[in-house]
Amino acid sequence: MTGSRVRTGLQPRSKMFVRMLLRGALVRRGRALSALLAVVVAAAAATAMLTVYQDVQAKLGIEFRRYGANIVVVAKQGQALPPSTLSRVQKALDGRGIAVPFAYVVASTSNGSPIVVAGTDMSSVQQLDSWWSVTAWPKLSGDALVGNRAAAVVSAQDHAFELKFQGRSTRLNPVGTLQTGAAEDSRIYVALPDFVAWTGVEPSVVEVAANGSAAEVNATIARIAQAAPEVEVRPVRQIVEAEGRVLGKTRSALLASAILIIITAALCLVATLTAWVLDRRRDFAVMKALGASERLVGGFFATEAVSLGAVGALLGFVIGVGVAEWIGRANFHADIMPRFAVLPVVFAGSIAVALLSAQLPLVLLRRVQPAAILRGE
Amino acid sequence: MFGRLLFESFRRQQRRKLLAGVAIALGVSVATAIIAVATDIGDKINRELRGYGANLVITPQADTLDVEIGGVNLKPPSDGAFLSEADLPKIKGTFWRNNILGFAPLLPVRVKLKATGHEQDVELLGTYFNKQLKYGQDTFTSGVTKTNSWWRVNGAWPDDNSHDVLLGERLAERVAVSAGGTVDINGSNTRVAGVLSSGGAEDEQIVAPLAMAQEIIGHPGAVRRVYVSALTKPEDAFARRDPRTLAGPTFDRWYCSPYARSIAYQLGEAIPHSHVEQIRQVAQTEGTVLARIKGLMLLVTLAALLASGLAVSAAMATALFERRSEVGLMKALGAAHRSVAALFFAEAALLALLGGGVGFFSGGILAREIGRSIFGSQISVQPVLLPVILAIAALVTFGGSAIAVRRAVRVDPAIVLRGDA
Repeated sequence: MTGSRVRTGLQPRSKMFVRMLLRGALVRRGRALSALLAVVVAAAAATAMLTVYQDVQAKLGIEFRRYGANIVVVAKQGQALPPSTLSRVQKALDGRGIAVPFAYVVASTSNGSPIVVAGTDMSSVQQLDSWWSVTAWPKLSGDALVGNRAAAVVSAQDHAFELKFQGRSTRLNPVGTLQTGAAEDSRIYVALPDFVAWTGVEPSVVEVAANGSAAEVNATIARIAQAAPEVEVRPVRQIVEAEGRVLGKTRSALLASAILIIITAALCLVATLTAWVLDRRRDFAVMKALGASERLVGGFFATEAVSLGAVGALLGFVIGVGVAEWIGRANFHADIMPRFAVLPVVFAGSIAVALLSAQLPLVLLRRVQPAAILRGE
Repeated sequence: MFGRLLFESFRRQQRRKLLAGVAIALGVSVATAIIAVATDIGDKINRELRGYGANLVITPQADTLDVEIGGVNLKPPSDGAFLSEADLPKIKGTFWRNNILGFAPLLPVRVKLKATGHEQDVELLGTYFNKQLKYGQDTFTSGVTKTNSWWRVNGAWPDDNSHDVLLGERLAERVAVSAGGTVDINGSNTRVAGVLSSGGAEDEQIVAPLAMAQEIIGHPGAVRRVYVSALTKPEDAFARRDPRTLAGPTFDRWYCSPYARSIAYQLGEAIPHSHVEQIRQVAQTEGTVLARIKGLMLLVTLAALLASGLAVSAAMATALFERRSEVGLMKALGAAHRSVAALFFAEAALLALLGGGVGFFSGGILAREIGRSIFGSQISVQPVLLPVILAIAALVTFGGSAIAVRRAVRVDPAIVLRGDA
């Protein structure tokens, strides 16, 4: 019986319902807008913070790779590194990092003093060790990069110099000097093909800068060890541990800030919406006096809250994505991509908070007789 | 009359005022905490970045070329020049001594290690572990426990005045000696205090107290190089200028900035016949990483301030909309727009002051808790921040009130009082 009445009256009833909702928003535009603003701000703050938080690891990870290699691949005790190691390491890396081979010998200068000469791939070492301060990188065969302490020993006037290794000599052309403040300053670097042709010594170390989090780096280590079982693959603890710690603390600080901001925005949203509903106790009283059921009135305010939450969340998401992208551009000079995984969280959160803040005052109002409210008490 | 109106408004609407005050206090405490964290994070992260190890190295000025491959120095141990151990405490006498978190001298020597029957040539590093030193009246400790935080020891760290050593973990495995055992170094029986895991070349070496290495090569007081871990400021264009070309106040400003270069310059002055250089891998990179993290927190703080400002404004505006009948009544009784606005702004100012004050102190507590739980050290709020925070709180509260008050005073009192607005 009740069901049939509802069915026949559905059209005009729902029309009235929608009309009340729209009029409610249009007539009190100022109030409705400030309520919407509160939802938008909360949703935007949540979206921006969560997006930045999720992206910060990847963005800072790029910065941390400036510290250079976090994995070294060396031969096991008393063995030589197999020539295929580099290609196998590169295959295991699959583009998620760089691998650079190094070969070393102790050669002697024309006056017989010992000096370390290293052979490497110049273009990839440039990417791996971005802190190398180099005046000019070697390009041609026979060019050498001379450490600034070694420079004083081998070529005082930038002239070509001769080096000897096991009776074989070579002539190198110093095109640039290198400064690092570490062991590299005492060495001479030449391109690997030149080095092998002169000394016949193959690379003994492959330094790898693998991208990603600690877990991803560990997975990369496992993959390399699997691809090249006869060599030793070790993490560079100094780099890996410090990075993990700095990254962890930064993320925690960011998370703490995010939580604080989201809580503030959410509480202000509750305050705003509660005041909004309380302010309309007259509407509530009129509806009840005209015979609306508790459920209908409750449903009306709930629908209002849900639509406010939904519209606010969508607008807020768009603004929040914009803010996150601005932060990415301004700080990392790279875009922070919108994370659509954040959207459902923000959407559900906004609606839940809006519903909660609309229901709270209704619980209070339900206890009061409509007549008392309409009399203005 | 104005004072009474203001007083009564607070007395009679306690709950409502409390709510507005809480909203402001909440916004202010979050703003205070985030500003405090953002201003302090540079210093905190800088300390964490010291986990990458020393960023400066002191070497003898007239040193011969190092012949080093994979962390093993092939140069004859007696070759080249040395620094004097007696000069090391002077590091703590430089202008930026408080920024120098630690230093570790190094003296590599070759020794013959005999264990489980066979003899081998290995490198022994002489260094400080946690040595007590004295400069003037100050005593302090320094050594690898401070500079190389990634070193892990299974067993105990040796005492600096003993003849105990650490064995690198690969070496220990090869000679089958564990912590507490003994090895034969150059014919004398030596206790192994612990096994060192460093993830670097030290895993194949012996690490011993400095005095022991000096005895082995017969050079008392000799140090090959010193690693220094210092808190520095990221390098900028001014830092890269050559101190020799600077004069007067510009030189003083360069000298008194904690750039890696100026600290290196001061260390060079303090230690005779030395050459100090920054380890670019650590020094240069930490500058960029630090700048990124600081920039990120700055932008997040800006966004947070904006969001909490808007949220508090919205809450204030809604709270005031409720009181339009009050405005109507005042206007009907003949109050001018100006006096109505003055009353509401005075209320807002009072709320901002009270809420802001409470928020500032709770924000300070919040910041301290964040500092303790994340960084394990205090984050303190500068008292200078209080007026700034209160001004922001007043601005935000006024902003929220202004919109509501303007709308309220514009409406005809009769309509408002009838309840039609």
